[in-house]
Amino acid sequence: MRIEQHPILQFDRGEKVTFLFNGQPVEGYTSETIAAALHAAGIRELSHSPNLDRPRGLFCAIGNCSSCVMTVDGEPNVRICITKVRPGMIVQEQHGKGVVTP
Amino acid sequence: MIREIEIFVIGGGPAGLSAALAAASTGAHVLLCERDEEPGGQLVKQTHKFFGSEKQYAGERGIFIAKKLAEEAYQQENIEILTEATVLGIYEDGIVTVLKDGKHLKFHPRKIIVSTGAAEKFLAFPNNDLPGIYGAGAVQTLMNVSGIKPAERVVMVGAGNIGLIVSYQLLQAGVEVACVVEAAPRIGGYLVHASKLARAGVPIKTGWTVKEAYGNGKLEGVILVQLDENWAPIPGTEVDVPCDTLCLAVGLTPLSDLLFQADCHMEYVRELSGSVPVTDENLMTSVEGIYACGDVSGIEEASSAMVEGRLAGFAAAASLGYDVERASREVASARAELDELRSGPMGARIRAGLEKVNEKRGEATC
Repeated sequence: MRIEQHPILQFDRGEKVTFLFNGQPVEGYTSETIAAALHAAGIRELSHSPNLDRPRGLFCAIGNCSSCVMTVDGEPNVRICITKVRPGMIVQEQHGKGVVTP
Repeated sequence: MIREIEIFVIGGGPAGLSAALAAASTGAHVLLCERDEEPGGQLVKQTHKFFGSEKQYAGERGIFIAKKLAEEAYQQENIEILTEATVLGIYEDGIVTVLKDGKHLKFHPRKIIVSTGAAEKFLAFPNNDLPGIYGAGAVQTLMNVSGIKPAERVVMVGAGNIGLIVSYQLLQAGVEVACVVEAAPRIGGYLVHASKLARAGVPIKTGWTVKEAYGNGKLEGVILVQLDENWAPIPGTEVDVPCDTLCLAVGLTPLSDLLFQADCHMEYVRELSGSVPVTDENLMTSVEGIYACGDVSGIEEASSAMVEGRLAGFAAAASLGYDVERASREVASARAELDELRSGPMGARIRAGLEKVNEKRGEATC
């Protein structure tokens, strides 16, 4: 859920766009990170531990910890907490360590 | 191609921006490298008002201080700011490598100021990896930067300033805070922050900790347990608190990897919350020409980070011969400001930590 009224802050979210998450359309704004847009849509299970495949959520939100990595437009291990939403981008949950295709 | 740089600042938070502005004011040329989209560091999510004196922007909100420092830096002709640029390494021959737009850039600075800040600490308990368990800073980023309501019902771990402040900000965002849990026998943060929570009816449970978290694929609740005077759990005191979010505000630790990699003399100092560089009175590390300031040289507050940044910036500029007389005066006044900020009972821990660092000066590391 997005905060509409805040006692101190105003949010400039940019333009409303749609991207694909696991094949389903999700609404986001161009000033938001993918992690923020997914949270707004109630999605908090983001990555999976590489060996036991345990679900992982957001931990640091500033690109330190890699707890949120997904495959974005075919590129694995993208930290979605520091990657902005773009219209039409394809975001997919990742299992395992990901494969880099040159 | 290798670009020659006079002063290379790594990290555009309160320390790095202050360092860049100080150095540039003497006429030195500065390149500031920031991995985020905009400089400002973690000030960009601090909606509370700062303490300290006027020189450290007391009474202003962190978000405003970030904006002001960044604007000043953008206006300075002799500060170049590289954003979305991550420093990868500092090499023996003095080359600094940077990842920017998928490209590997190389720089050769005469002086390097490392102001990379800190990372949040974690806490060990069963199921601590469930989605819904966040660092307090992450929740702050979600609500104060992105404008997302991050939770319905939160348990906060840690009654230091970050735990108290973020709990209050959660209330402002319309989130229920079930309680604040603090393992220590007393509240660590400022009374003014704790009082705000108490007035809002949020219980602060001192002498309690998290025994375990539970949930099927996502956090559904936590089991809290009371601790005895030796910090051991007291059997039978467990309580089950349903919540969708657990916030860990259990401290920060210096992001000092680059300093290790540059082979600076590092020491683990508990009072400074991690491994910190051994620096001299100009904040220069054991490696000639590499300075460290802000949280990377010991966890403190943004106010002292800004003063340390100023000190390092002026010291680095003076060592290059820029405006030496004024820069030296500024260095002395920054030292005095730091002494003042660290005086009093709240600064005791920092003073003890810095003393340990000073004792290590000049010691061989292996």
